[in-house]
Amino acid sequence: MSAPASNTLAVLNARLLDPASDYDGPGSVLVEDGRITEVIHGGGAVAPAGVTVIVADGLCLSPGLIDIRVKTGEPGAEPKETLKSASLSAAAGGVTTIVIQPDTDPALDDPAMIEFIQRRGAALGLVNVRVAGAATKARDGVRMAEIGLMDEAGALYFTDVDRVIANTRTLQRVMTYAAAFNALISCRPADPWLSEGAVATSGELATRLGLASAPAIAERIQLERDLALVEQTGARYLVDQISTEDALETLARARARGLEVAASVSINHLCFNEIDIGDYRTFYRLDPPLRPESDRQALIEAVRDGLIDVITSAHAPAPAEDKRRPFAEAAPGAIGLETLLAAALSLHHEDGLDLLDVMRPLTSGPAGLLGLDAGVLKAGAPADLVLFDVGAPVVIDADTLKSKSKNSPFDGRRLQGKVVCTFVAGRRVFEA
Amino acid sequence: MSQPPHSEASLTDPILERLGPFPRDHFLSASDLNAATAPALLDLADAFVDFNRGSTKALDLMRGRTVMNLFFENSTRTSSSFEIAAKRLGADVVNMSPRTSSVAKGETLIDTAVTLNAMKPDVLVVRHGASGAAALLSQKVECAVVNAGDGRHEHPTQALLDLLSLRRAFGDVGGLTVAICGDIAHSRVARSNVSMLSMMGARVRLIGPPTLVPGDADRWGCEVFHDMREGLKGCDVVMMLRLQLERMEGALVPSTREYFRFWGLDREKLAWANPGAKVMHPGPMNRGVEIDSEVADDLTVSLIQDQVEMGVAARMAVLAALSARLDGDAA
Repeated sequence: MSAPASNTLAVLNARLLDPASDYDGPGSVLVEDGRITEVIHGGGAVAPAGVTVIVADGLCLSPGLIDIRVKTGEPGAEPKETLKSASLSAAAGGVTTIVIQPDTDPALDDPAMIEFIQRRGAALGLVNVRVAGAATKARDGVRMAEIGLMDEAGALYFTDVDRVIANTRTLQRVMTYAAAFNALISCRPADPWLSEGAVATSGELATRLGLASAPAIAERIQLERDLALVEQTGARYLVDQISTEDALETLARARARGLEVAASVSINHLCFNEIDIGDYRTFYRLDPPLRPESDRQALIEAVRDGLIDVITSAHAPAPAEDKRRPFAEAAPGAIGLETLLAAALSLHHEDGLDLLDVMRPLTSGPAGLLGLDAGVLKAGAPADLVLFDVGAPVVIDADTLKSKSKNSPFDGRRLQGKVVCTFVAGRRVFEA
Repeated sequence: MSQPPHSEASLTDPILERLGPFPRDHFLSASDLNAATAPALLDLADAFVDFNRGSTKALDLMRGRTVMNLFFENSTRTSSSFEIAAKRLGADVVNMSPRTSSVAKGETLIDTAVTLNAMKPDVLVVRHGASGAAALLSQKVECAVVNAGDGRHEHPTQALLDLLSLRRAFGDVGGLTVAICGDIAHSRVARSNVSMLSMMGARVRLIGPPTLVPGDADRWGCEVFHDMREGLKGCDVVMMLRLQLERMEGALVPSTREYFRFWGLDREKLAWANPGAKVMHPGPMNRGVEIDSEVADDLTVSLIQDQVEMGVAARMAVLAALSARLDGDAA
């Protein structure tokens, strides 16, 4: 493969994976001026003259991954992660769009901040850097943020990230107000009182380890409240990081009633269970905490049947000094951008999910939710693509990951699936 | 009745011709008027407008009567408008601001009413922060009560003066499309105007952020819009409401700049309304929040100054008619 001489590209004879059209089969993709110009199913496509040609024999080509929950430390905690290091990690992981979370310091709670992050991200020339705005000012859970102005500035959705808007009246007003802009509100479902101080899920394991824990119903209780508000206000709503079987049942009931609610799950909760905490391994200290295996199985089923719309990396960089602590004192969260694809492919290799069902919540699912024109293989869509070897074995080595923080729970894991090449708007931004 | 100077006689004649008793004992709500009685009152108010523009502004229609202004909430323009109206009709006026009186010492509203009633006023003009306060007072006193604003319930003389301004600007209110914009949820002006404008055959639209428009406002017979440009399309009148400062800092609206961006009236948004559309505001205005000065001060579109002038005339009509009803009762 040679570097593209111009902005024209042809990827020939790949295994195309396009969840939006339910296509998994041989084909080729032609690209010009940053957009897909033609998708050819079957073999035998011929590249026009003068085009950079990639013969992809045996490799998969899918829309680039869209990760809607990425934390960086910019601004405020640059040693953890910058937009640049996060963008490099994304590119290496086949992720072509990242949505930056607003829990920075200061919070991304006004239109100037939204524009600032987008401008900084674009200047890097790597992946698409988009932004979620805070739902309340400084994420204080009290004062509604400038949702209308941030929406105009390009914010894709609104969330206080890990903080729950405990005051029901505040959330009701935020949802009511957001409806005027058809803005999407994302909330973590965790009853703030039941969850206070908890670092594990209540159960035999947490008891044995002596860890402060919250019952799984803390998630359902808060979700029930949020859904009642959705019903009343007509807001567009995303359940952020659903993690329990109980809450999935609540979600399914709401869907059956016709409520327009979407749900995301973190890759960690699809790949790990509470047993992974093992001997107080702090890289598995997550928020929400890891759950029993039965919850993990229920989440995988929910991905399979479409109840869950989006899989995120829940990328949350934390430097070693924040992780090398007693379990309950360690910072929660894990990095995941660079390992997202390989980890998700384990759902195919080990848990028996169809490949398209794995790719859908990583591509067309989030694109549809956020109204992006990416996430599909079709003429006119941005040429955000990932070329990968679906079966190649890899051993994750956290030290070689591009993130500035190395808190990967996949460190040392053997996975299958290797990103070969990542394209954003037809430009190669990563090559293995 | 003493004759005014000769040149003014032509101005008082229309007043006397049109003066009749108020249809109710009190004026508590826009619904105390109807499609027949409201125009008659407006005709009378029209005569007062001409009279007020003359050089001599003294009448004796209410000579010997006592009007008590009882304002539990701060007010400059409404209380002075009532005071001037009553004085021009020859009444004795007493202004009470219970903020500095015994009410501040814990006296209940009903105790105050009983006390004031014992002083035998003829008309009690009341503003109070609680919805229904004027109606409660009216049940405890023997005089006529005029509601000058009760909580977020009603402000009927404001609606009457708005109607007067519109009638003078457009000739007829029936068939007009009027957009009421802003904080509908907390506005007594909006409630009184919705019922009075609808009564007179205007089409009413409500425009504002969903946090400031009641969820069931469409049941008032109004169309509800959250997108101001959409809502202004085809409107003849844009009636802006004041946004209370305490609602701006994130509780119901994120900020004044966001409010102005989406729901503040500027030239660009006004251009979505019909050509020749008029702009109203009950005052006091928050310039740069709900209305751009460029629009507020443009006398070719703004009726805001007219509204203040019409306020005195409309209140003179209400007071004179209530007084006429008292005269009738006495007779």
